[in-house]
Amino acid sequence: MLDCTPKELIKRKGGVINPAKTCQPIGAMYAALGIHNCMPHSHGSQGCCAYHRSHLTRHFREPVMATTSSFTEGASVFGGGGNLKTAIKNVFSIYNPDVMAVHTTCLSETIGDDIPTIIKTAEVPEGKIVIHANTPSYQGSHITGFANMVKGMVAYLAQADTDEKKEQVNIIPGFVNPGDMREIKRLVGKMGVKLIMFPDTSGVLDSPMTGKFHMFPAGGARVDDIRDAGNSRLTIALGDYASSSAAHLLERNCRVPALTLKTPIGIKATDDLLMTLRGKFVREIPYELEEERGQLVDVMTDNHHHFYGKKVAIFGDPDILTGLTEFVLSLGMQPLYVLTGTPSGTLTESGIFEKEIKAMLAAAGLEGRVKAPGDLFELHQWIKNEPVDLLMGNTYGKFIARAEDIPFVRVGFPILDRGVHPYQPIVGYRGAMRLVEMIGNALLDRQDRDAADEDFELVL
Amino acid sequence: MAINEKMLEEILNKYPAKVKRNRKKHILIRDSAQEIQEIEANTRTIPGIITNRGCAFAGCKGVVLGPLKDMVHIVHGPIGCAYYSWLTRRNKARADEPKQNFLAYCVSTDMQESDIVFGGEKKLARMIDEVVEIFKPNAITISATCPVGLIGDDIQAVARAARAKHGLNITAYSCEGYKGVSQSAGHHIANNGLMENIIGEGDWEEPPSKYTINILGEYNIGGDSWEVERILNEIGYEIQVVMTGNGSYEKLKNAHVAQLNLVQCHRSINYIATMLETKYGTPWLKVNFIGIRATIETLRNMARYFGDEALIKRTEEVIEKELAEIEPQLEPYRKICANKTAFCFVGGSRGHHYQGLYEELGVTTVLAGYEFAHRDDYEGRDILPNIKADADSKNIPDLHVAPDERRYRLKIPVERMEELKQDIPLNNYKGMIDDMADGSIVVDDLNHYETEEFIKIFKPDIFSSGIKDKYIPQKMGIPTKQLHNYDYSGPYAGFRGAVNFARDIAMGFATPTWNFIVPPWKDQPLLEGTIENCTANTCVEEVAT
Repeated sequence: MLDCTPKELIKRKGGVINPAKTCQPIGAMYAALGIHNCMPHSHGSQGCCAYHRSHLTRHFREPVMATTSSFTEGASVFGGGGNLKTAIKNVFSIYNPDVMAVHTTCLSETIGDDIPTIIKTAEVPEGKIVIHANTPSYQGSHITGFANMVKGMVAYLAQADTDEKKEQVNIIPGFVNPGDMREIKRLVGKMGVKLIMFPDTSGVLDSPMTGKFHMFPAGGARVDDIRDAGNSRLTIALGDYASSSAAHLLERNCRVPALTLKTPIGIKATDDLLMTLRGKFVREIPYELEEERGQLVDVMTDNHHHFYGKKVAIFGDPDILTGLTEFVLSLGMQPLYVLTGTPSGTLTESGIFEKEIKAMLAAAGLEGRVKAPGDLFELHQWIKNEPVDLLMGNTYGKFIARAEDIPFVRVGFPILDRGVHPYQPIVGYRGAMRLVEMIGNALLDRQDRDAADEDFELVL
Repeated sequence: MAINEKMLEEILNKYPAKVKRNRKKHILIRDSAQEIQEIEANTRTIPGIITNRGCAFAGCKGVVLGPLKDMVHIVHGPIGCAYYSWLTRRNKARADEPKQNFLAYCVSTDMQESDIVFGGEKKLARMIDEVVEIFKPNAITISATCPVGLIGDDIQAVARAARAKHGLNITAYSCEGYKGVSQSAGHHIANNGLMENIIGEGDWEEPPSKYTINILGEYNIGGDSWEVERILNEIGYEIQVVMTGNGSYEKLKNAHVAQLNLVQCHRSINYIATMLETKYGTPWLKVNFIGIRATIETLRNMARYFGDEALIKRTEEVIEKELAEIEPQLEPYRKICANKTAFCFVGGSRGHHYQGLYEELGVTTVLAGYEFAHRDDYEGRDILPNIKADADSKNIPDLHVAPDERRYRLKIPVERMEELKQDIPLNNYKGMIDDMADGSIVVDDLNHYETEEFIKIFKPDIFSSGIKDKYIPQKMGIPTKQLHNYDYSGPYAGFRGAVNFARDIAMGFATPTWNFIVPPWKDQPLLEGTIENCTANTCVEEVAT
């Protein structure tokens, strides 16, 4: 497995080998699926749209609908306005969504198609909406694409109707699974705060089997709610990379204060979310959540001997990594390598990810390699030079895990080789408890596998 | 349930007028009474229609080049194209010695905004240097993506310079995603490049054996070509190279020595097949290793081509032995599959190939089609002279080859060749439509709307297509089978593949989960009333019985 990866590191500048990211439009497509009755539309040649739909389908094991402008060489040279206008007409008359959410690709961005002007001159039926986001694949990553489409939602839809703000909170959940979005909604619900969440893919990409196919499933944030987000008292952006730019746009456009928190993975980040809601809205945390938190601390303590001092390598998307790193530290583990493919830059201050993770490690008295952007080829080389006890990341990690015989926990996007995961949260106290179980099982299965007969324990 | 023209018209009526006019030409109801049934294919996709199609890059790098295992395939573009074509097609490969298998690697120049603005040639050249230093591969390919053509990066020049610098076979493929109208353009571009730069680069002048053959258009999905090779080796054939499943630069460069080329996927590789005949005099035979009857027929046609009594005898022995092995295994699955119906919509060849295998299991194909095949794949190669390249495809270059002065050899005498052509598909393919039953429907570039409408009419028992539409029929309670990636199973080719396929299909029909779709409170009456107190006696009696 990966036999051609040498141990010796050389400085590389020509590009990426085995990326820990993909390109913008898939994130925009995912975000757009989080609007109710919305058809994502890819303005480019159709290969992108096919790849993005396939990839999301493999992760969720659900239908993923999206349309494309299907550029040909002619349109690529002379502009894709005609293609987009034809697409808009066809999509509304054949598939009848309430909203079309257009994103772009490296093709339409390179030729410089002016999407707002094209939309203005297109035939959009009465009462229907077309929104857009520019998502050039040669900037950032799929996380950037998600962020850009959420910004598009704010730019086109959110509006402040009155000076008086309503007692409601906006939450932008970031690039997380529908199971996570459900869990965030449950937590906020238990706190008794009125919530507007967008995008929201629960009920869309975890829809039930009923014997009927629904092109636009029951879930998704309602357009009216996204509009009303302009009247909320606060926006909480969960995840700096995926969510904060939209929250700040909403602040500028509608004077809704924006607050960025970590994706609530692990005990501290979840505490932060609840404490924020307590401070800004309700003053009180219900006993039910206190009980959940206590249960989490209980299992963390009960099982601390499984985790303490274990070296771990984590890769994936930056917002997820921030929470995960903090959480494994709170279990007494040692994150030796933390790597994302997503560059800093366009969205956030350059190097902020590396700084934040390094600060966490330093606070725990640890030193580790932290890289943004890096790739899995490099991560594998680090591991060859100094091994770890556990690898955490998306499906692509399984090759390194097998090559180096490391226990592996699948977390993040995409997970293509296991089912059920999109339904199960990793956020909140319950999600953290699930992580404790997954990490523990991976480590203990390995201990059982490797134990000599006389050391093979019944109780661990 | 059958379909008639009126029903078809009703489906099309929902479309805007222009779309309707277009789509009408891409759909036909099979009617063998008509001598010619013409279908429109290989034309541009309608924007917004929800097509299943991909792009030329996918057809070139993803399909044809990607499986070549001892070469590093560099994707010049932003990260997505390389990422999505990384390990997502199941073209299996085992490393030859010394271990050179790069299929698990995704290599991209990861173009950034500055590369778009100032050009990406330097970064590409640097990437080639790094790949040579790290991997020392036998050869390197470079595939272009959408923006490369637009910004004017000259990847051919970069490849030439790198070739001179490193003394390595480094070739570039201008397969920008917007070229042509589908994956098909990419096949053509890859075929041209392989023929021009790799095939024939080797120094072999003679085949290693009397029965040396190549298998063309076989990508070893789920191990298909290994099963085919197992059978062919047992009969006594020697396979020089498979194009391109488990293929290698080392073997491909001597592909010119084969005595016969087998063509499994006509669409993706017919260009090379034709060029090999022109340049080296090697005929090609349309084969089909999907399905038991098709495999047997193919083996017999091959034996007939070589015309050697011992080979013919050995062929029959192997067929007999293989059938004895699989027939008892198939029996239980046939019982489950009997009298079922299927949709079969796949890329450019399997929409046809799987119909025979389905039939052998008792499953009738009621709808079939291709994403990106051309008219010859539907109607047969006889219509080739009538096909005109339209504006969208005419920029895909045709490579013209001439007979190789040194190496051109007639493999069999002209008269025998002509005689064989009467009986076996030598240098010919008769297309899908011919094999389809009357009343069944043929759809080119089937889209989502039509999928739903045709499902309503035909209510198929199984829907076989790809990943994007797998979960749509499944939500409706219809079993699905991915015929691109076999739902991570396989092989499906050859004799043992037929058993695997039968098992998987039967499993799809038989899984108990279909029984749970309707909750009991949706189809059972609510029982009203009270439960009577049980007297001691009746309870004792019930327990006793």
